[in-house]
Amino acid sequence: MSSPSPVTPRLDAKVPVGAIADKWQNHKFSMNLVNPNNKRRFDVIVVGTGLAGASAAASLGELGYRVKAFTFHDSPRRAHSIAAQGGINAAKNYPNDGDSVHRLFYDTVKGGDYRSREANVHRLAEVSVDIIDQATAQGVPFARDYGGLLDNRSFGGAQVSRTFYARGQTGQQLLIGAYSALMRQVAAGTVELHSRSELLDVVKKDGRACGIVTRDLLSGEVTPHSAHAVVLATGGYGNVYFLSTNAMMCNVTAAWRAHKQGAFFANPCYTQIHPTCIPVSDDFQSKLTLMSESLRNDGRIWVPTTFDDARPAADVPESERDYYLERKYPAFGNLVPRDVASRNAKTVCDEGRGVGPLKNGVYLDFAAAISRDGLEAISDKYGNLFDMYHRITGENPYEQPMRIYPAIHYTMGGLWVDYHLMTTVPGLYCIGEANFSDHGANRLGASALMQGLADGYFVLPYTIGDDLAGLLGQAVVPTNDPVFTEAVRGVEDEQKRWLSINGTRSVDHFHRELGRIVWEYIGMARNQPGLEKALTEIPALREEFHSDVRVLGSAETLNQSLEKAGRVADFFDLAELMARDALEREESCGGHFREEHQTAEGEAQRDDENFAHVAAWEWNGDGTAQTRHREELDFENVALAQRSYK
Amino acid sequence: MSEGHGETINVTLKVWRQDGPDATGRFEVHHQAISTDASFLEMLDVLNEQLNEAGLEPVAFESDCREGICGTCGVMINGRAHGPQRATATCQLHMREFRDGDEIVIEPFRAAGFPVVRDLAVDRSPLDRIIEAGGFISVNTGAAAEANLTPVPKEAADQAFDAAACIGCGACVAACPNSAAQLFTSAKVGHLGLLPQGQAERWSRTESMVEAMEEFFGSCTNHGECSEACPKEISLDFIALMNRDYMKAKIRNRSLAGQH
Ligand SMILES: Cc1cc2nc3c(=O)[nH]c(=O)nc-3n(C[C@H](O)[C@H](O)[C@H](O)COP(=O)(O)OP(=O)(O)OC[C@H]3O[C@@H](n4cnc5c(N)ncnc54)[C@H](O)[C@@H]3O)c2cc1C
Ligand code: SF4
Ligand code: FES
Repeated sequence: MSSPSPVTPRLDAKVPVGAIADKWQNHKFSMNLVNPNNKRRFDVIVVGTGLAGASAAASLGELGYRVKAFTFHDSPRRAHSIAAQGGINAAKNYPNDGDSVHRLFYDTVKGGDYRSREANVHRLAEVSVDIIDQATAQGVPFARDYGGLLDNRSFGGAQVSRTFYARGQTGQQLLIGAYSALMRQVAAGTVELHSRSELLDVVKKDGRACGIVTRDLLSGEVTPHSAHAVVLATGGYGNVYFLSTNAMMCNVTAAWRAHKQGAFFANPCYTQIHPTCIPVSDDFQSKLTLMSESLRNDGRIWVPTTFDDARPAADVPESERDYYLERKYPAFGNLVPRDVASRNAKTVCDEGRGVGPLKNGVYLDFAAAISRDGLEAISDKYGNLFDMYHRITGENPYEQPMRIYPAIHYTMGGLWVDYHLMTTVPGLYCIGEANFSDHGANRLGASALMQGLADGYFVLPYTIGDDLAGLLGQAVVPTNDPVFTEAVRGVEDEQKRWLSINGTRSVDHFHRELGRIVWEYIGMARNQPGLEKALTEIPALREEFHSDVRVLGSAETLNQSLEKAGRVADFFDLAELMARDALEREESCGGHFREEHQTAEGEAQRDDENFAHVAAWEWNGDGTAQTRHREELDFENVALAQRSYK
Repeated sequence: MSEGHGETINVTLKVWRQDGPDATGRFEVHHQAISTDASFLEMLDVLNEQLNEAGLEPVAFESDCREGICGTCGVMINGRAHGPQRATATCQLHMREFRDGDEIVIEPFRAAGFPVVRDLAVDRSPLDRIIEAGGFISVNTGAAAEANLTPVPKEAADQAFDAAACIGCGACVAACPNSAAQLFTSAKVGHLGLLPQGQAERWSRTESMVEAMEEFFGSCTNHGECSEACPKEISLDFIALMNRDYMKAKIRNRSLAGQH
């Protein structure tokens, strides 16, 4: 399985020619348009109603397309985007501190460790400013200063203040904005909303996407839907690790089933760890909670110098504390980037210096900040976060240091898309976290919300027209066509299969076990023997899952175990591909850290000569190795450099 | 405050089971040992794991973010929507709020507008119908002006935010003796009506949202239970504001169309 894959033809991203700053403007002019009266002759399916999907469905509806929007949630407003706390970036340069479209572009390419496509990133930076205007007009209550103008803060180590925020609930407020735009179109009749409907297959005819098959989560009914184009906006796959900061229902099923229909899956091994989450407390742990990154501005991170030190924090004298980030990185100290902070926490815990009952955390200590600024100042800044921590752990962070540990937070990998955001299946698009997107090997804080809304409001509504214009006058494939009836039968058979296995263990049991393997070997640090181990353990566990899972109940009612079974099955396949992708990428870059490839100081070591490319995997059927394709990345506007935070 | 594992307590759960919207429901009793470190929903996860092991169908209940922001969770715990802790959604509640030997009655949100789907899961889609009726500002993508063209007084922005914090969980409806949705609706009306951007449609929005609300939900008789149960502590003041705007809207929309 792990022998190097043959070189296949270079993937063409169809990036327009011209200077980087002109590409998008010129391309918008040269694309085909669908005239306003003809738009209503096109059906478009949008799956997912998070920031990416809701903004796309609303915008397409406003343009006059006939849109069908799907979500497995009971309401579009519940998508995982709602949980984003920190903020959204935009190159408005309101603080007059030297920001610009070019600087946001540059920071994003560099932050992504030079593994993203320049042209897409530049377009993202260009439209970022329009997102803030749009959201503000919708009534998103961004933070304001006393003059009533929009306030900005600096986020995630950026040297300019370009992050717009709405208290600690930026994702919620942006999603409510996009959701209300969507509901306005539902009322106007341009969007037909299907909630509690889960996509279980993508359907193609003559090589082109022509629709989807969904299951109604309440009645169990399996239904085909046809359209001229299908857009997936179904979010990230962080829950392949079982424990992550993602919402419980986040999964890879839509993207994975599209992958099985021919959509290449790019860079699955690029996953992001967030350094400040609450550590696991017990076996029944169901998810991990993020504590905002902003805490690192005032908290000092440390562990005891001695191993297996069981004393309470207060009893450890100053001389026996190791403020390891301040020691190793005097310039950045506790504010080193996410991946560096995370790996260092892992190192000290692996050494046996972790703190807490399970020795699986490091301290984030506010004692110094409280004695410097006073309790009140700290509570003004972080009060709600301290309360949240207290509620979850039962420990009071005003009195004793917080315990934190890294957790999976975001996935940069996803379906490969070209400049138009189209996958390798004609007529099938992918936007938001679900695509492999603009973040390269590492995403900057406050850039995911920006990307989802850029795709949905300002990119896809243009690019989709170029493709649809060529289909004018063509009817959709009728849902009684054999391609649909076969897909429906496939989905129905799958449901029956889960119910008939009648093994001994629950779906969650297998998901948890899978998560352990993925976290252990494809988590914060990877190496060849570990990845090879993952490649034997994952298929073995998968076999057990398919023969020993117990799914009770029927397919004709709400059946949450049945829903999860299909999702976990797809996670198994994805996990295997992640291991292969990580094994073949013989370098360290961004969130992908291969222990064999590090500098003398223990920093990630890229190999630009051999790996400045996107790896895009092609499905070849169950049990057959996937083919690794490459999209070469050209850096014409940003010079490649090694990161350093000393 | 100690650094250590929580203790284990034994609780008796009386859980509502109902096979479908039209089925009759019943209580099922389970004795559960659980760590006080577990969240309330993790306790239900553990119960479900045991039921599945024993060949019994797990209890259906809904949750997603488990951080108190998506509004997916929500059950009645000992008769209270989202349980005993103030300003806390069901998913944020932890078992350290309970004592060894406690009996805990767990039921779905009960409200005329929220039919039971299965066990503890209900259908809250009427809340979406209220938003659809006017809970938006009509601005097409691309039509927005430069954001800083219209300063918004900080107080207005802050108050609008207080209303916008609503997570759409429906606890206010479940807590209300009349199954009224005034708090939810007024939070949306208040959020948009307090902002300069929301003024153009203020009166028509209020009228149509209130009327959509009345189609699905009961009427408000000022009990105030809604705000008590609300995990985001949305204030009753927003109901007052909505009532006032509704009265004004009725008059304006009828006789002064186009002249406000
Ligand atoms: C705790 C947390 C905090 C974060 N904070 C920030 C931040 O401060 N700033 C920032 O920029 N980013 C942040 N992020 C990242 C960001 O929130 C996400 O990347 C982004 O919101 C994803 O949006 P999306 O629209 O692509 O997907 P989602 O919001 O995940 O939406 C996915 C949608 O697809 C639907 N769906 C999925 N599969 C199916 C299927 N098979 N059938 C039907 N429907 C389906 C779901 O119902 C849902 O509607 C944070 C993430 C986490 C976990
Ligand atoms: S007003 Fe409060 S209780 Fe009602 S839906 Fe909103 S958050 Fe829930
Ligand atoms: S699960 Fe999201 S609010 Fe409780």
